[in-house]
Amino acid sequence: MVFGKLFAGLEKTRKKLAAGLARLFGGGRKLDEAFLDELEEVLYGADLGPTGSKIVEELKHAWQRRELEETAQVPAFLRERLLARLRDAEAGLARAASGPTVILVVGVNGSGKTTSIAKLARRLQLDGRKVLLGAGDTFRAAAVEQLTLWADRLGIGIVKQATGADPAAVAFDACAAAKARGIDVLILDTAGRLHTQKNLMDELGKVVRVVQKQIPGAPHEVLQVLDATTGQNAIRQAKEFGAVAGVTGLVLAKMDGTAKGGAVLGIRAEVPLPVKFIGVGEGIDDLEPFSAEDFVDAILTFGRGGAVPS
Amino acid sequence: MFDLLSGALNKAYRAIVGQKVLTEANVEDGIRAVRQALLEADVNFAVARDFIEDVKQRALGQDVLKAVDPGQQFIKVVHDALTALLGGEKVGLPVAPQGPLVLMLAGLQGSGKTTTCGKLARWLKEEKKKNPLLVAADLQRPAAVDQLATLGKQLGIEVFTDRSGAAAPEVCVRGVEHAKRLMHDVVILDTAGRLHIDDELMAELADVQARTKPHGVLLVCDAMLGQDAVNSAKVFHERLPIWGVVLTKTDGDARGGAALSIKKVTGRPILFCGSGEKLDDLEEFDPPRMAGRILGMGDVVSLVEKAQSVIDEKQAEKEAKRLLKGQFDFEDFLRQVGMLKRLGPLKKVLGMLPGVGQALKEIDFDDKRFKRVEAMIQSMTVKERRHPDIIDIERRRRIAKGSGNELQAVHELIKQFKTMQKMMSQLGKGGFGGLAGLGGAGGFGDLPGPMGGPGLGGPGFGGPGSGGGSGKPQRPQSGNDAFRDFMRGRKR
Repeated sequence: MVFGKLFAGLEKTRKKLAAGLARLFGGGRKLDEAFLDELEEVLYGADLGPTGSKIVEELKHAWQRRELEETAQVPAFLRERLLARLRDAEAGLARAASGPTVILVVGVNGSGKTTSIAKLARRLQLDGRKVLLGAGDTFRAAAVEQLTLWADRLGIGIVKQATGADPAAVAFDACAAAKARGIDVLILDTAGRLHTQKNLMDELGKVVRVVQKQIPGAPHEVLQVLDATTGQNAIRQAKEFGAVAGVTGLVLAKMDGTAKGGAVLGIRAEVPLPVKFIGVGEGIDDLEPFSAEDFVDAILTFGRGGAVPS
Repeated sequence: MFDLLSGALNKAYRAIVGQKVLTEANVEDGIRAVRQALLEADVNFAVARDFIEDVKQRALGQDVLKAVDPGQQFIKVVHDALTALLGGEKVGLPVAPQGPLVLMLAGLQGSGKTTTCGKLARWLKEEKKKNPLLVAADLQRPAAVDQLATLGKQLGIEVFTDRSGAAAPEVCVRGVEHAKRLMHDVVILDTAGRLHIDDELMAELADVQARTKPHGVLLVCDAMLGQDAVNSAKVFHERLPIWGVVLTKTDGDARGGAALSIKKVTGRPILFCGSGEKLDDLEEFDPPRMAGRILGMGDVVSLVEKAQSVIDEKQAEKEAKRLLKGQFDFEDFLRQVGMLKRLGPLKKVLGMLPGVGQALKEIDFDDKRFKRVEAMIQSMTVKERRHPDIIDIERRRRIAKGSGNELQAVHELIKQFKTMQKMMSQLGKGGFGGLAGLGGAGGFGDLPGPMGGPGLGGPGFGGPGSGGGSGKPQRPQSGNDAFRDFMRGRKR
């Protein structure tokens, strides 16, 4: 259970860092402007950004219309509003009707692509699917080696070329190999790139086109890995990667820290992407399907306004 | 980075600029806009609150209210507060009293530690003439050791690896001993990324610190971090006091608010910014300059330094003299283009100019245009380069063909060149005293215009008006337009 894992990971820190919402709802506070301001800050601290302000605005209207009158009613209200924004956010992986399913994994540098790929491969493998990896990060030093080590540990195949090779060529080879070897799922890694680097984004577009040409209907999934610690920049990332690579879902990595991944709500306010998985630890099994309820509960239970600088 | 914050702040003080009197009410408007900008830029809300308070205190002082130009005063107030928030003066690396300087890099997973290790080692080697040793102590992430070893090979810098299965603290101790034996004067320890709440790994980090006694621990932080940045930075700082922060991935469009917050919660400065994919994309962080850049005031000082690093001073002086005598020919032009190219991607260079950052945001510069210009000049004979007047239509056709360009492009190049030549000789007759354009080391400082006048706008690219001929300060916009036209070519 994700929630349990999140909880365990956070136990110590949770005590140390002021639990903003607990503080707000404890001690029988009155529902007033000051309370609303503090609540806004707490939501803001979870990287909800303008979405947090909107929710507080909604709460304010409800309060003015006397739909709710005391702070004890607020958590349920928040929960409902947050969940409303995550409707249809849970989704499974798409599958090819026949032939290999191709999953392309994209994201900015250091978001956690390679580790997420290893975890995803493991899940699919446990599902009894025949998995192949494509080492498309030909840019970063030793990225190919990193993915190869994972492939060896999992005992699955990998298609690779030397560092510096054309990633589109790797994609081509990987697609060919997937078809030839009767692979169920091909997971293609790509180099991390900032969404503002036009040349690198063009390169990514080329990889997508090569895959499309090789296997009709592919890529069946384009997963963008998002670091849960990312702030409001996540929205721009999602838009840019979406435009270039046709992102079909998010993987929220590094959810075992104190970050809430609240940027997902900001993304969904503009691009209605589902969240397919969340990463909750360093182990190979620490990848879980996204659960909107758990996610919202994590925000509400541990939500803090961020550490106040002294 | 910081662009969006900069844009929002611009909007904020536009509300005040132009006001005759600075009242509490209109300061309040400006301040609210500033607050909104900070919040949208991922600045921690508590930090934003303090900052706003600071600005308010400074802005509502007597001096400001009586000031002649309240708008400018308000900008200055925000600039000062921002500089204070960013860390006052520039801070460098620590100094080792004896033996090698030991630096330890730490941070969350994926923040960019290993790449930063490589960039920092390169910077120490190339800029500071040091002999650094990299120690690969990230034993968690698969192939992290290989990654550092590869970077070391690319840079020609030794990397200490230990694949004996020893734990990270032991590897670090051995690395430092190795450095002492081989007379390295800097040791950089690359550690594994870890979560600040992972007690076991944080204890390991504390162990590395206790056993190697680094002179400075550098916390590596991603510029895209959100609100949680302060939490992780605070815990890292509590567990092992950090000397400073290296901010990575600043070449994206993240608003950089985390950077402001981290400085505030740890009290430790930002030392470096990673600003690109290449190993030489590491810049020293200078708070007043960064504050200027955030406010769209440009960073001419950095630009001049950059220019100086690629320009041969004597050669530049010689050229400047020739220029002023009106002896500017295509060979000079070619050299100027070469220098501009060495400054780095144009967009990055231009972004440092005052007032240009915002205007450039949507413009896609084509650095290949430099190559086309070079190709055209290289397709000229020596005689043609020295005596451009002899280039008639037949010669132009040949040049176009030889360089793979349209005839129109050659026409434009020659037209631009002539305009520039004319401008140069006018300048020589009594324009700017210290003109040396980009070529002159002192050029920028002496130029009155915020654009650097003929510095960048002149030799090379100015259309009419970009460089200014009369010694009057030019508006940045005009130079920028000329640049844009040039870089885009007229046909686009």
